[in-house]
Amino acid sequence: MTIVYEDLGDEAGAGASDVPMRRIRFTVNGQKKIAEVEPRLLLSHLIRRGLGLTGTHMGCDTTNCGACTVLVKGAGEAGAGRPVKSCTMLAVQVDGREISTVEGLAMKGAGEGGGELHPLQEGFKEEHGLQCGFCTPGMMMAAKALLDENPDPTEEDVRWALSGNLCRCTGYQNIVKSVLWAAAKLRAQAPASEDGSQP
Amino acid sequence: MTQALDEIKIGGLGASRKRVEDDRFIRGKGNYTDDIALPGMLHMEILRSPLAHARIKSIDASKAWEIPGVHLVLTGDMMATRNLAWMPTLSYDTQAVLATDKVRFQGQEVACVIADDPYIAKDACEAIDVDYEPLPVIVNPAQAVADGAPVIRDDKENQADNVIYHWEVGDAAGTDRAFEQADVISKLKLHYPRSHPSPIECCGSIADFNRATSKLTVYMTTQAPHIIRAAVALVAELPEHMIRIISPDIGGGFGNKVPVYPGYVCSILASILLERPVKWIEDKTGNLISTGFARDIYLDGEMALRRDGKILGVRMHCDADHGAFFSDAQPSKFKIGLLHSAFAAYDIPVAHLMARGTYSNKAPGGVAYRCSFRVTEAMFFQERMVQAAADDLGMDQAEFRRMNFVRDEDFPHRTPFGFLLDSGQYRKCLDVGLKAVGYADFRRQQEEARARGRLLGIGISTMTEPLGAGNSREYDILGIKMFDSAELKVHMTGKAIVRTGARTQGQGHETTWAQIVSHELGIPAQDVVVEEGDTDTAPFGMGTYASRSTPVAGAAVAMVSRKIRAKARKLAAHLLEVSEEDVEWELGRFYVRSAPDRGVTIQECAMAAYSNMPDGMEPGLENTAYYDPPNLTWPFACYIVTVEVDPVTGVWDVLTTVAVDDCGVRINPMIVEGQIMGGLTEAYAMANMQFITFDAEGNCVGSNYMDYLLPTAWETPGFELHSEVVTPCPHHPIGAKGIGECAAVGGPAAFVNAVIDALSGTGVRNIDMPLLPDRVWEALTHHRDVSGAPPVRSDD
Repeated sequence: MTIVYEDLGDEAGAGASDVPMRRIRFTVNGQKKIAEVEPRLLLSHLIRRGLGLTGTHMGCDTTNCGACTVLVKGAGEAGAGRPVKSCTMLAVQVDGREISTVEGLAMKGAGEGGGELHPLQEGFKEEHGLQCGFCTPGMMMAAKALLDENPDPTEEDVRWALSGNLCRCTGYQNIVKSVLWAAAKLRAQAPASEDGSQP
Repeated sequence: MTQALDEIKIGGLGASRKRVEDDRFIRGKGNYTDDIALPGMLHMEILRSPLAHARIKSIDASKAWEIPGVHLVLTGDMMATRNLAWMPTLSYDTQAVLATDKVRFQGQEVACVIADDPYIAKDACEAIDVDYEPLPVIVNPAQAVADGAPVIRDDKENQADNVIYHWEVGDAAGTDRAFEQADVISKLKLHYPRSHPSPIECCGSIADFNRATSKLTVYMTTQAPHIIRAAVALVAELPEHMIRIISPDIGGGFGNKVPVYPGYVCSILASILLERPVKWIEDKTGNLISTGFARDIYLDGEMALRRDGKILGVRMHCDADHGAFFSDAQPSKFKIGLLHSAFAAYDIPVAHLMARGTYSNKAPGGVAYRCSFRVTEAMFFQERMVQAAADDLGMDQAEFRRMNFVRDEDFPHRTPFGFLLDSGQYRKCLDVGLKAVGYADFRRQQEEARARGRLLGIGISTMTEPLGAGNSREYDILGIKMFDSAELKVHMTGKAIVRTGARTQGQGHETTWAQIVSHELGIPAQDVVVEEGDTDTAPFGMGTYASRSTPVAGAAVAMVSRKIRAKARKLAAHLLEVSEEDVEWELGRFYVRSAPDRGVTIQECAMAAYSNMPDGMEPGLENTAYYDPPNLTWPFACYIVTVEVDPVTGVWDVLTTVAVDDCGVRINPMIVEGQIMGGLTEAYAMANMQFITFDAEGNCVGSNYMDYLLPTAWETPGFELHSEVVTPCPHHPIGAKGIGECAAVGGPAAFVNAVIDALSGTGVRNIDMPLLPDRVWEALTHHRDVSGAPPVRSDD
C-alpha cells in the first residue's frame, strides 16, 4: 500500500480553510492508495497533483470539455467503471472506489503507462484521431466506457458516447474511426481469450 | 547493384506516415505547461474585473495578505513602480497589465495573488476588496463613435475619441468609375460575430528566475517563443541572453497563444521578486473573457456588375471592434490584417476598401484565429457577396463564379489590392466539387422538395487565401521580419536532429519535418528527430500561426537539407575518389556518373564528415538555413455544403459537406486531411453556434462552455474530402502551400450560403452568424434579414 501525502501545502491549506483534512482510501489503476485531502479538493487535482498522473487534463472546470474524464467504479459495480469528469467530483467522493486513468490503459508488460498499448491507443494513432493531444486521454477513457458496455458500436453510438468530450483540432471524424478501429480489434481478440489461447 | 530507395517506405514526401508525437500523447505522457512542477513552485491566481468600464477608487488587499500561505499580492500600483503597469501591444498600442486608473473590459486583470497552493491563491483573490465607480459602457462601433461617447482610452494623450485608425487600400476613383458603368449594383451588409479560438488547454506559464545565475526560464503556452523572448527583454528590461522561453506541448493554439498576456508578465515579475518558480494556469472563464478574441467586424460592401455577370469592381467598408486595447497580432503594415485579400480568386479590375477601428469595453487582442490575419472575414464577405450578386443577376451560383475566376492561363495575376497570385486551377477545383456533390441532381431534388414544403439548400464557397507570411519586404511584427529558420545536425551514424523556429500545437511538425529531410536526403524519417519550442536551442523564428509553418519553416527545413547535401557531395567525391562534377545524386546516395554501381550512401558521407574528411574541409555535418519566402502561398479551396432547414423550428441539418483543397504538394496526406477536417468543424461551429457577445452592460455572454457553444461529435457532420487537384507552389522548395486554416476560412460561407439558398424566394438576403434556430425562424417567418450581434441587436 502506498500513502499519498498531498503536496498542496497541506498544513497551510488546512489552516486557511479551517477544515480538517480527510483521509480517503481508493484504488488507482489497480494500486491501492491512502490520501489526506482537503474536503474541497477536486478529484482532478488529486489525480494530477497528488498522484502525479498528469495524463488527465483539465480544460474547462465546468464539466463541459471532458478532458479530465476518468473511470470511477463503485463497490459492487462491474467492468472498469463509469466515465466521470474528474473536475466536478470531489476527491473525498472516491473514498472506497476504484479510479482508472489514461496511464492505466497500457498496463501489461513494463511499468505503468509504459506497457503494451490498449487497442484504443493504437486506434487513435492508426486513424489520426488526435492532433494536439490534449483531449485525447479523456476521449479514450470515455470510449473505453462505451466499448466495455457495447463491443460493437455503430458510428452513431460512438458519436453519442463521446458527445460529452470536446475536441478543437480533429473534427471528430477520425476520433470516431479510431474508436471503431479499436472495437474491431477488441472483438477480433475476444474469441482468442475466451478459449484460453491467450493470457 | 543497389536498389533505389522507395521514398514512401522511408517516410518521405507524400507518405501518410503515422505521427511520432502520438506515442506520448496516447499514453498520457505529453508534457503540457500545467504538467510541469518545479521544486518550491508557488501558484498565481488573477483577480479580474466584474465590470466592463469603471474607475478604480481603491484596492484593499490587506485581508489577502493575512491569509496563511500567501506570499505576494500584486496590484497595478505596485506594477507601476516598476514601470510594468502597462505593456506595448503587437499593434503599436499599450495594454494594461494590472489596472491602475480604470478597468476597461469585464475580466480585465486587476490584481494577482501568489500563494503556496492555487486554492489559497483563489481564496485570497476573493479577499481583495476593490471599490469601483461604474462608467458608461460601449459594446460596439456605433456606440463608440456616437456623440458624447465616453472616451475609453483616456490614459492616452491625444486620444479624444474612441477611433483607433482609418485605413484604406485600393483605387477609390477607379472604383467610382466602375460603379458608374455598372448595369447592376449588388449590396451586402453583415456582421462577422466575435469569436474565440478557445483551445481546450487554457493559457499559462511557469516563470523561474534563478538569482544565482540571473537566468529567467519561462515555460509557457506560446505559439511564438522567440517573439516572447524579445518581448520579455524589452518589457521587463532583462538581457535577452538571460531569458529562456520554453514552449512545451501545447494543447491547441489557433492563434490564441500568440499574444503576450498580463498573466505571463505577472508570473515573471512574481518569480523575480520571490526568487521561486511561479505557476499561473488560467481557468476557462479567464481564457474566454480576457485573451485574444477573433473577428467582430461589420462589413458593408457593394459590387458593380455587368448584366452578363462580369464583376467590374468592388467596394468594401469595414468597422472593426478591437476591444479596450488595440493588441491585434498582425503584420505591422496592415491595420486590419489582410482583409484586402478579399476577392483575390476573382478577376476584378478595380476595388477599394476603407476600414475604421474603434475601441470598446470588450476584451482586446484580435488574433488570427485559424486564419492569416483577418482573411477569414475577407473570404466570408467575399463568398456571401458573390452569392448575393449571382442572385441579384438571376445567375447560377457556380456559373457566376466560373465566369469571374482568375483563369489558369492568367497567372501570375495581380489583384486590385496589390497581392500577386502565382498559380491555381480554380475552375477544376469547382468542377470536382460540383461533381462530387451532384450539383445538377441536387438542384432538381431541391425543386421537388420545395413543392412538398421541404427547404433544401446548397452553398458554395470558393476562395484562395494568402498563407505563410513573409516575405520580409512587406511582413514584419513590430519591425521583426517574418522569415523563419531550420537547423539540421546529421550525426556520424547518419541519424539527425532538426530544429526550427516554429512551434507545433497539433499540426504534426515532429512527423512532417522529418519527412522533408527524408525527401531531401534519403535519411529514413524515423532516423530524424524534431525539436522545437526552446529558445536556447532552436534557431530564431517567428513561430507558428497564420499557416506559416510549412510555407516558411518547412521551406527552411528543405533548404538546410540541401546545404547538408551540398557538403555531403564533397564528402562523396572524396570517398569515391572522383571530382565533385562527376558525382550524381539519387535519393539517399551519391554515385559516379560513369559507373552508377560505385556509390556511397548519405550515411557513409555522414560518417566521413567526422572520421574521414578531405584535407582542409571543416569537420561535421551541420547547418542552419534562414528562409525568407519570395511570396505568400495561395492555396485554393472549393467547399460545398447541402442543408435542410426545418420551416417550423428554423433548425438546419447538414446533409453533405464536400471539400476540394488544392494546397500544392502534400507532405503527409493524412495530416493534411486532419487539418482540413478540423477547419471544417470550426467553420460549421461559427455558422451554427459559436460566438461571444455582450449585453448592454458589457457582460460577456459566452464566458464558459455552457454559454460558448462548441460542436461535439454528435452535431458535427461528416466530411467528404477531395485531393485530386494539385497545383504545386512555384516558389516553395517542395511545392507546398499552407493548409491548416483554409477550411476554417472558406468554410463558414458555404454553410451560411446553403441556409440562405434554402430560404430563396423569401426575400431573405442575410442572416448573421451564428445561424441559430430562432434567427432562421425569424427570417423565414417574417421574410426579413436578421442582422447584428445577438442579444444586443440592431436591425437597421
